[in-house]
Amino acid sequence: MEQLSANQLRDGIAAGRIRSLDATKAVFERIRKFEPTIGAYISTFEELALEKAADVDQRIAAGDPVGQLAGVPVAIKDNMCTTFGATTCASKILENFHAPYNATVVEKLLAADAVIVGKANMDEFAMGSSTENSGLKRTVNPWDTSRVPGGSSGGPAAAVAGRLCFAALGSDTGGSIRQPASFCGIVGLKPTYGRVSRYGLVAYGSSLDQIGPITQNVADTALMMNVIAGHDPADSTSIDETIAPVCDYLKKLDEPIEKLRVAIVPQFTAGADEQVQKALNEAIDLYMKLGAEVTEIDMPHLDYAIAAYYVIATAEASSNLARYDGVHYGHRTENPADYIEVYSKSRAEAFGEEVKRRIMLGTYALSSGYYDAYYLKALKVRNLIRSDFTEAFEKCDCIIMPVAPTTAFKIGEKVDDPLQMYLSDIYTIAVNLAGIPGISIPCELDENNLPVGLQILAPTFAEDKLLRIARMFEKETDWHKKKPDIEITNHD
Amino acid sequence: MAKKIDETEVRKVAKLARLELTEAEVAEFTGQLSAILDYVEKMDELDTEDVEPLAHCLPISNVFRDDCVKESLGTEKTLANAPQRDAEFFKVPKILDDSSGA
Repeated sequence: MEQLSANQLRDGIAAGRIRSLDATKAVFERIRKFEPTIGAYISTFEELALEKAADVDQRIAAGDPVGQLAGVPVAIKDNMCTTFGATTCASKILENFHAPYNATVVEKLLAADAVIVGKANMDEFAMGSSTENSGLKRTVNPWDTSRVPGGSSGGPAAAVAGRLCFAALGSDTGGSIRQPASFCGIVGLKPTYGRVSRYGLVAYGSSLDQIGPITQNVADTALMMNVIAGHDPADSTSIDETIAPVCDYLKKLDEPIEKLRVAIVPQFTAGADEQVQKALNEAIDLYMKLGAEVTEIDMPHLDYAIAAYYVIATAEASSNLARYDGVHYGHRTENPADYIEVYSKSRAEAFGEEVKRRIMLGTYALSSGYYDAYYLKALKVRNLIRSDFTEAFEKCDCIIMPVAPTTAFKIGEKVDDPLQMYLSDIYTIAVNLAGIPGISIPCELDENNLPVGLQILAPTFAEDKLLRIARMFEKETDWHKKKPDIEITNHD
Repeated sequence: MAKKIDETEVRKVAKLARLELTEAEVAEFTGQLSAILDYVEKMDELDTEDVEPLAHCLPISNVFRDDCVKESLGTEKTLANAPQRDAEFFKVPKILDDSSGA
């Protein structure tokens, strides 16, 4: 059972061959066995999940209609609001926060009859690249428990790779879906900005944040997109479907793109580790073997993406996180001397170090005297970066590059140097600044038996094509079928 | 090299951000923010004189929806997460002092 993909499980349940209750029980058995080692979840909902599974089984037995994900156990990152359980964002400031409404994606999962297993760990407020910034717990990489799962969606990625669910939803502001998917040897898609509703997603960088699937293979990502994509009147930045219609992402998935034009950016990706380079070169060879025309292009502004990102994202974060003031919800300091201390002490006590650092950086960049030099400059650089992509996509269907310069690094390796941690986001960040979709698919295991990811980028709203291009690679390889042997350890 | 940002400035920014920092945090952030700002100034290599700032990637401006009455959260749900409440109100420390006449 645990070897099935989300699509296979879904089909088996719909056909009455598998009971959702058995699949859900099997997931919770694995959680009992492996979760003490992996630490993927902040909360789980066994009772609720078993109830939902039994309900789906009953409706299928009775011949009643069910949703597209009927009976499939899924996980969601803990920055998506749910009326069941807490919505913590892995922060002490929201540790006991119970959302009064469901995020639109949660409503869509429920309407599709998915079984929600639990809410997965992350870097606090999605700020980080290793999940080490979680204020609540530690998550390790199922492939090597001394290494990070990546971040910020490290919990959902570890849950999928560890088969503690069949698929998951993460969010990606600067690589937070793609990089953990890469580190954990699975598939992660950041859709076009505006493709998936952000309503009920706790905001970090509002012009960059996007929810997307984290799954075992490309078809499962297509299935999840069929459930979550589309316009939402509750999110004014979700795109009108008259401008960009959603489609059935599974329908043409196995049809290769004829005369595929692939672009590579050798000057930009030269800094990646040797093994990552090797994996990339093999992927390029495979696409050529499949008939693709591969062209080298120059994207001169990508080198400035990290600089622009860490100004824009932190500026937006400093504004978004101003709402955590200890007044209406969240942690409040005990015995404040005055109302100012309600704000300043509550925030000081409950925010973690990285969150404080980003609030400080963003506040500085927006403050009088520095706005033009940092924030305005970064917005202009953002425009140049987007132009690089617009020009590139006039000449190609997709761009391929690494997801990260290295495979999963050791726990603790980068925590003392925030700038080094930021620099590890080099290949994922420009995508968010440009708003385009990007996918990470497994393309190699390195000499330490750690997964390497391949990143494929496509123009705005071309998710259908992007998934087909990814599927072309996946069909020819077995990397997505490799599963980690989880070594049970006790970190506490 | 001179630091991009000094401790006085870090304290000022912390005040703007309503974050009470310890002395150790002030010292740590001064060094780290200086290093990050040094890196960020890499952007100055680019001539952006004639470039428009891009705040948002989508081709949308004002988004309107029909003005219709819908159910709202209601008092109980709204107050359910309040750190402190008093009947139907969020409770906070006194904001005006007694001499203000308010």
